[in-house]
Parts: sequence; structure tokens; C-alpha cells
Amino acid sequence: MSSIDLAADSTLDVFRSRRRQMTLVLLAIAVVVGASSVLTQFSYRTAAISVPKAVGWLVTNIIPDGKALEKLPQIVSKLLQTIVVSVMATVFATVFAFAFAILGSNTTRPHPAFSLAARAVGSLFRNIPVVAWAMVLLMSFGQSQLTGLLALFFATFGFLVRSFLETIDETSRSSVEALHAAGASWLQTVFQAVLPSVLPQVLSWMLYMVETNIRDATLVGILTGTGIGFTFDLYYNALNYRAAGLVVVSLVVVVLLIENVSNLIRRVIL
Amino acid sequence: MQSKDRKEASVSAQRPVLEVHHLSKSYGDVTAMSDVNLHVGTGELVALIGPSGAGKSTLLRCINRMIDASSGEVVFEDVDVQRLGRQDLRRVRTKIGMIFQHYNLVYRLTVIENVLHGRLGYMRGLGGIVGRYSELDKARAVEIIRRLGLLEQIYKRCDALSGGQKQRVGIARALIQDPQIILCDEPIASLDPSTAKVIMDYLRTISAELGIAVLVSLHQVDVAVKYADRILGMNAGRIVFDGAPAALTRDTIYEIYDKDAGELVLD
Repeated sequence: MSSIDLAADSTLDVFRSRRRQMTLVLLAIAVVVGASSVLTQFSYRTAAISVPKAVGWLVTNIIPDGKALEKLPQIVSKLLQTIVVSVMATVFATVFAFAFAILGSNTTRPHPAFSLAARAVGSLFRNIPVVAWAMVLLMSFGQSQLTGLLALFFATFGFLVRSFLETIDETSRSSVEALHAAGASWLQTVFQAVLPSVLPQVLSWMLYMVETNIRDATLVGILTGTGIGFTFDLYYNALNYRAAGLVVVSLVVVVLLIENVSNLIRRVIL
Repeated sequence: MQSKDRKEASVSAQRPVLEVHHLSKSYGDVTAMSDVNLHVGTGELVALIGPSGAGKSTLLRCINRMIDASSGEVVFEDVDVQRLGRQDLRRVRTKIGMIFQHYNLVYRLTVIENVLHGRLGYMRGLGGIVGRYSELDKARAVEIIRRLGLLEQIYKRCDALSGGQKQRVGIARALIQDPQIILCDEPIASLDPSTAKVIMDYLRTISAELGIAVLVSLHQVDVAVKYADRILGMNAGRIVFDGAPAALTRDTIYEIYDKDAGELVLD
């Protein structure tokens, strides 16, 4: 009987300490939000008033009209350029990242030293944001398609090395062990066990990066003066907000379209 | 029973397929296995029992050098496996099949593709990399799959199979290697009793009819007693018992499993 009482008491203690934790966390969030709005002189009242005003401005000035629609062929051609660059950057990055991941994964590395090197390279490329890559490359390559392509390639490469490393370790460790035990060589194991196990996930990651890169390419394009990003920048600076609005709308349509297509492909391969 | 006695006599008359002398493995200060000596004869089914962490998996993996032992020797086909270079090790591994607790198949591939992986060790060059198996290998794969009762599943992907079927694919993959010995690492630990019986019956048949030596680590003492020609008991990295199932007494079980756990094992 007494042991049951003890159990009940200690359970209550767990709940009490959980509640105390919760309160502390909420309190901390409130303090951080309050302090930062004081520091930045952020006024909730002004913000609340300006939101409807901004929406009103958007509705009257940025909705594309007939004249903006005349620019559509131009916009579509630039959009296609952006898509092609994004897909190219992603495909190249996938191939290189996969090679690095095979050499670096704990399951398939030829030597432990490779693992460290691949992880270091991947981490370096991943932690530099795509915009920073674009700016650095601008200095050496100037405003060109190549700059945008390389910026997307580097950032994608870094991200994919990490994802592929994890995918390979998760999905093929056990079958790699079995094939090695049966006397299979390293290349045989990579092609017969690793590749079939990870291919669907590799393709899935690639599709995800195509989607991400089309979005990022817009931003990069503003910097490198190419593609749909530049077109937007052009209209925006010329105060042609309706044409700029059309760029945004067509971009959203394309991104949604690509997302749906890649979801469809994923359903088939996974 | 009579046939078993006859086989034991023939086994002792022959030279063992596998001999292990003074084999030890340590990771830094931790000793996983120390001074292990054993031998397995042609067509002999030897069960390796012992509590978790006793070093059963380490021992099996040191035999085909999936793990490199710290000292000692593993003699297989008159050579010390410890000293082989990469190419010779590959050749030796083709003669040593291995079966795993978690099957270790490529689940996105079909049954026959997984079985044919057992032939990769014999293949050189591009053919092995892209998986161009000879017609003879394919015919043998079909025959082995048929013998293991998987003919209906032959073109099914392995992730669609039950646990028992997956393990039979694992056995088929080992058999197509033409091995002299098959190492089995807890082959029935993830299976229900009736499926486990099917798998153990296959292992029994493989050793008795095909003359392939089988070294199998097991959790269940009763299964070991029922199926094995000989039992090895392992505790804390050492072989503490090596003898016929009949010689396994209450005391030796206590020694293998420690006193408290031993009582549970005997129930």
C-alpha cells in the first residue's frame, strides 16, 4: 500500500516540474519579445494600422493589368532560363555530392580519412549561404549566367553531401556488410547494394533541391543580373509595379507546378 | 539418432574445415574476446550459445575478418585468414557464407537479384559491377530458390516478404556461394517459433546433406540442444564449454549464463 502511495507522489512530482518548466519557457519568450521590441522601438499599434494600408496599396498598384500582360512572353522566356539554370546546377551538384558521399559515408568509405575530408568539404559549402556564394563569385566571374549557376551549384552541393551521407548510412549499412562478407569488391558493393537502396531517396532530394533552387535563383538573379530575378529588378526599379507583380505571380505558378510534378515523381519512385 | 552418430564418427575422422587458435579481440582496454580456440568439421553443425555481449558476434565476424582480431589465427583451407591480402581475402570469403539476424538484404531488389549477390565474389571487372550474371549462375539461383520454397516469390521485391522468407533469401544467397562453411549470426532471433523451426531445419539439412559446416550463434539453449552436433558455450569473451549437447549439464549452463540467468534459461 505504501509503495503505491510513493509511486503516486513521484508521478505528481513529475507533472509539477513539467508545469514549472513550461511556465519558465513561456516567461522567457515573453521577456525576449518585450526586450527586442523596446530595443528596436517597434510599435505594435503602428504595425497594426499599417498592415491594412499596405494591403490596400498592393491591391491597387501591383495587380497585373492588360498592359503588364503584354510583357508575359518576355517574362516566360526569362523564367525558362531560370528553370534551366536551376535544374542544371542541381543535376551537377547531385552527381558530385553523390561521389563525395560514397567516399565519405561510414558505410562505404575506402579509408576513414576520406570520411573526415568529405564531411569537412560538405560542411564548408553548406554553411555559406547561396547569396554569399553569388557575391563572392560575382567578383571573379562578373554578372553572368555562370556566376548564378556556380552559386547554386556550390550551395546545393554542400546540402546534398550531408543528406546523401545520412541516406547511405541509414539505408545500406546492413546489405553492404552482407556483400563484403560474400567476397564482393568495393565497386560491386557500391553498384549492387548501395545504389539500388539509395536511388529513390537521392532522386527525391534532387527534386527538392530543384524546387528550392528555382526560388533561390530569383534572388541570385537579382545579384548576377540574369534570369527572372533580374527581370523583376528591372520592372521594380522602373516603377512598373504591375509588371513586377506579374513576375511574382508567374513565379508562384511555376514553383507550385514544379512542386506538384516532383511530388508525382516521388509517389512513383518511392 | 543413428545417422547422427555415424556422422559424428565421420566428422572426427576428417580434418576440420575451420580452426581457430588463441583468437583475441580488444577495443582499447575492453576485451571482447580472449584466447578462443575452436574447430568445425565438414558437415558439422556447431551451435554457439552464451549471454548477450559474450562475444558471439565478434567471434563470427573475426572468422571472415569483417572485424580484424587483435591476435591469434583463423585457419581456413590451410591458410591463416588473418594474414591474407585484399584479393586473397575476397577469395576466401566466397567460400564462407554468412547469415544475419536482420537478413541484410537489399530490400528494393527482387529475391533472385539478392540471391545472385552471392556470386559477386567470383566475378571480376565490369560484369560484376553492373550485375551481368552468367546463365549458369541464374539457373543455379532458380534451383536454390526452388529448393528453399521461394519460387512463387522469385521476382518479388524483398521488402514485400515475411521475416522467414527474408531469412530464406539470406540462406539462398549464402548457398549459391558454394561455401565450405556458413556462419550464422543469431539467424532466428527475430523470428517467431514456427518460422524459426523452418530456418533451423534448413540449416540442419544444409549441414547433413550438402556437407557444409554450419557455425550458428543462438539465444535459445533448447534449440541448440535439439539441432547441434556440438555446442560451444561462451561467457565474457571466453569459450567455457565445448562438447556434445548431451554433455551440457545444469552446472555448465550456469557457468555459461551466470547463476541467475541460468535458472531462467533452464525453465
